[in-house]
Amino acid sequence: MALTKATVRKPPQKFSSPSIFQQPIHPGSAISASDFTVPDVRRILETADVLEKENPFRRSDRLAKRRIALLFYESSTRTRTSFELAAKSLGADTTLVSSLSSSIEKGESLKDTGITLQALRAECIILRSPYSGAPYLLAQATGLPVLNAGDGMAEHPSQALLDLRTILQFLKIPASKVTEKILHGITLTICGDILHSRVARSNALLLPKLGAKVILCGPPALLPKEAAAMGPGIVIERDFEAALHQSQIVMMLRIQAERIAGLEINLDDYRSRYQANADRIAAHAPKALIMHPGPIIRGMEITAEVADGPQSAIAQQVHNGVAIRMALLVRALAGAKKVSRK
Amino acid sequence: MTPKPILIRDGRVIDPAAGLDAPRDLLLRDGQITAIENPGKIKAADADVVEAKGLIVAPGLIDIHVHLREPGQGYKETIATGTAAAAAGGFTAVCAMPNTIPVNDTPEITRWMQSPDRGASIRVYPIAAATRGSLGEALTDDAALKDAGAVAVTDDGRPILGDAIMLEALRAAAKLDLPVIQHAEDTRLTGGCSMNAGPLAFRLGLRGMPIEAESGLVERDIHLLRQVKNGHLHVAHLSTAKALNAVRAARKQGLHVTCEVTPHHFALTEDRIGHYDTNAKMNPPLRAGADRAAMIEGLLDGTIDAIATDHAPHAAHEKEQEFDRAPNGITGLETALGLAIQILHLQHKMPLAKVLALLTTRPAQTLNLKGQGSIAPGAPANVVLFDPTEKWIFQAANSRSKSKNTPFDNWEFQGRVRLTISEGRIAYPPLID
Repeated sequence: MALTKATVRKPPQKFSSPSIFQQPIHPGSAISASDFTVPDVRRILETADVLEKENPFRRSDRLAKRRIALLFYESSTRTRTSFELAAKSLGADTTLVSSLSSSIEKGESLKDTGITLQALRAECIILRSPYSGAPYLLAQATGLPVLNAGDGMAEHPSQALLDLRTILQFLKIPASKVTEKILHGITLTICGDILHSRVARSNALLLPKLGAKVILCGPPALLPKEAAAMGPGIVIERDFEAALHQSQIVMMLRIQAERIAGLEINLDDYRSRYQANADRIAAHAPKALIMHPGPIIRGMEITAEVADGPQSAIAQQVHNGVAIRMALLVRALAGAKKVSRK
Repeated sequence: MTPKPILIRDGRVIDPAAGLDAPRDLLLRDGQITAIENPGKIKAADADVVEAKGLIVAPGLIDIHVHLREPGQGYKETIATGTAAAAAGGFTAVCAMPNTIPVNDTPEITRWMQSPDRGASIRVYPIAAATRGSLGEALTDDAALKDAGAVAVTDDGRPILGDAIMLEALRAAAKLDLPVIQHAEDTRLTGGCSMNAGPLAFRLGLRGMPIEAESGLVERDIHLLRQVKNGHLHVAHLSTAKALNAVRAARKQGLHVTCEVTPHHFALTEDRIGHYDTNAKMNPPLRAGADRAAMIEGLLDGTIDAIATDHAPHAAHEKEQEFDRAPNGITGLETALGLAIQILHLQHKMPLAKVLALLTTRPAQTLNLKGQGSIAPGAPANVVLFDPTEKWIFQAANSRSKSKNTPFDNWEFQGRVRLTISEGRIAYPPLID
């Protein structure tokens, strides 16, 4: 027998579905601030305005009886409550799955939990996870729109949008005027534990799209120099007072005690350099808007006088969360119910 | 049963060991290469004939770094499935790492892995643990392990951090002419890390492994090697320019330091992670462009001794997790030749003979694998035939490995393996009866 090409069997060809990581992501998802175009941002802000003013009974028809699942692997007050209120205001049925009261505790994977929620006919999942990137996996596993309510140290895009709404209100800029140049000349300082902050990342990715300059401020242990490479319009300034001088907006972040194990941080020293206190703000940023995504640790990164003072927008930020999240839910559920799978 | 003799006719025989690159006929009989002659010279009426015109006939490829997952994790891979994947990739010998369950730290396990009952399609050389249980505390019995067939010792995946125990390991192995292989990672600097340190890790909110975690341990090991007579340090899956420079400098000083690089470290950068794709998660991690370029440079200038895949199969449910939670590693046996041809030969103009040397002769020399990596009369009949021009698409679904965790799914390659012969038997593809 001659061993020619003909006698060598071609192996049977299988065509299974591609890797989960190659699956499409539903366009109604909101996972990274970098995914929003400027027209997207304008539409979301305009929708938020419309929904906020709308008659509550009419509003509750918008997503009447649509099913929305909140999947929370981390504790949360503000974000969870405001997503839940947003969904309920639009008439949706919501269910909360949290790590302390579900099969998550028994070791069920994120993919399987997502498939379970899908089988219960959830049409949109709001996810908070301690793992960076988890919303992509959930979106790819289910094909559903996924709204990122905070993933690890990575992103918190709805927070960045509600922060933007707060900033625009302060500057008296209507949503309809939003362009890629609308924040030209505006400087925002984000100060504190940038390394562990998903809020800082989402804001630093979103605000320069509208022309703002973002100054990141903090000690090297909490703000590595790589942070400036995240995108255009981002600079690092270690001197808080120098940063304050340049800024119309100041966003303070808490030190994330649960994530700083092993880092050498002297908290007294930190307070003396980076705390937003009444004297410092009066001397260096007397007209600036003071923001904080919460939770605040009074007496650490911000004092009570500043947090509760006339420049503070902290309560307004929380208030804006509901309108922004209503807009994101309408955006998620307005179009196609499910993306087609390969 | 001895296989029938095989006459491979009129192929372009490339044997880096002999510096041969010419049309030849090859006769394989009783598991050995028995004749190499100009085309038409060999007469063997009893032989099966393979018409190899247009094909390259090379020594079977050798992968000195694979994880076959047996004993203990047969759901990821078995010796049978792993070696079937290797044969499909053109390999006729693989060196199996000891991070099995239990750890291969005894002659019994070393022998068990080589038993015919495992159903290997090609030769398996075990690499045994350097310390008992790979715990980094007490040395294993190198002499007994070597006697059982181990070709090197390592605690791969659990680097030997203690200076005293590493020095002891180098000394004990040197007496037996065994290399000590180090997975160079100072794990004191990489806790909780899942990718390369730098701007991308920051942007993705993932903790990054600094380059110094690799280079620091390589430098430490080189320092220890100076104190050992006839010691041989082999650095596994090198991935940074800084560590490569340390190897380069040590070699200039006459130290016996060798190193390998994986196809993914010369083919990909950390950008492949995209939206947290765990098929781009491995250890060492994919690095930035400058380090990838340094790996190609090191391959071109000869500092790097071998291309080794670090084939690390994992089940789908393990990889379909959040990036931080997914295990490290990708499969690599079926894409190694294609990547080497594409990146090194086609893109960087490395002569094919040199590419093949990095997959045959040089890894054989590096781990002192007798009789491997050459086409010489009397050598074991380990041969691969591939078509250097045929284009093909790698599909993970068709992989012979039990696991499909590859970043190269649907990649188009040039250079398709047609026939892999291990010790005179056809290991790939399966034959019609």
